Amino acid sequence: MIGIEHYVVVSSILFVLGVLGIFLNRKNVIVILMAIELILLAVNINLVAFSSFLGDLTGQIFAMFVLTVAAGEAAVGLAILVIYFRGRGTIAVDDVNRMKG
Amino acid sequence: MIQVIAFYLFAALAILAGALTILSRNPVHSVLWLIVAFFNAAGLMVLCGAEFIAMLLVIVYVGAVAVLFLFVVMMLDIDFAELRAGFIRNFPLGMLLAVVLFVELFVGLIARGAGKLTLGKPDGSAAPLAHASNIEAIGTLLYTRYLFLFEAAGIILLVAMIGAIVLTHRQRSDVRGQNVSKQVARRPEEATRNVSPEVGKGVSL
Repeated sequence: MIGIEHYVVVSSILFVLGVLGIFLNRKNVIVILMAIELILLAVNINLVAFSSFLGDLTGQIFAMFVLTVAAGEAAVGLAILVIYFRGRGTIAVDDVNRMKG
Repeated sequence: MIQVIAFYLFAALAILAGALTILSRNPVHSVLWLIVAFFNAAGLMVLCGAEFIAMLLVIVYVGAVAVLFLFVVMMLDIDFAELRAGFIRNFPLGMLLAVVLFVELFVGLIARGAGKLTLGKPDGSAAPLAHASNIEAIGTLLYTRYLFLFEAAGIILLVAMIGAIVLTHRQRSDVRGQNVSKQVARRPEEATRNVSPEVGKGVSL
């Protein structure tokens, strides 16, 4: 039978994959943003699994809020990426600190 | 039995897709694997009885966020081979960190298995309704106890929308657009004039 442990293992593997993705693709902001989405997905799986196994809906409500923030973050992050690319012609993050002007 | 098989299928595919998301050479493939990972995570959520969040995941992530990523990846003309420099160099350190992090997360499960850690008990105030679907129960909770948080989530989305528009909008000087207020404000006196030319002189335009 599937228990809470199975879900926790799956979500921790996804979380670690997200962190690894940030490390491996240190220059490519697009993949870094995707890795952050993976991390938030792992958090959502955890929230939903605990909510369902403990019989408390608060976890699912908060998974919804995490989803909201993730969508907003992706939109603003990609907008910053687009203007950064427009100005510099590359998306290498090594010298993003020049954005401070 | 079928539930167990479905769980292992969804879990294996989600992890595989997540790994390929971060390892793919081409970011377009990364986005597509990310979509696969989202679908399988939605399957996992359906299995534990959270249909609403699962459908929300498919609609919001696959329908909006992943398509946004796809647009940006395809719109920008980027040399991705150059960005992969350092991938191999970062690999050992990244793997080490990932293994350490996973072991740390796994220690919690071992502690629970050994009886050193027990899950908290919910107070029952947010328990699922007895004879209602998942959506109905979530709606009942969301529009009563979490109403202000719900409104705050709306404000966050509004701010994100305005922020994205303000950041990416630009006035282009090489494109002629329609200036509606100027057209409406135009009056006959300033647009036409009466002349009486002499015979044989014509009108200069």
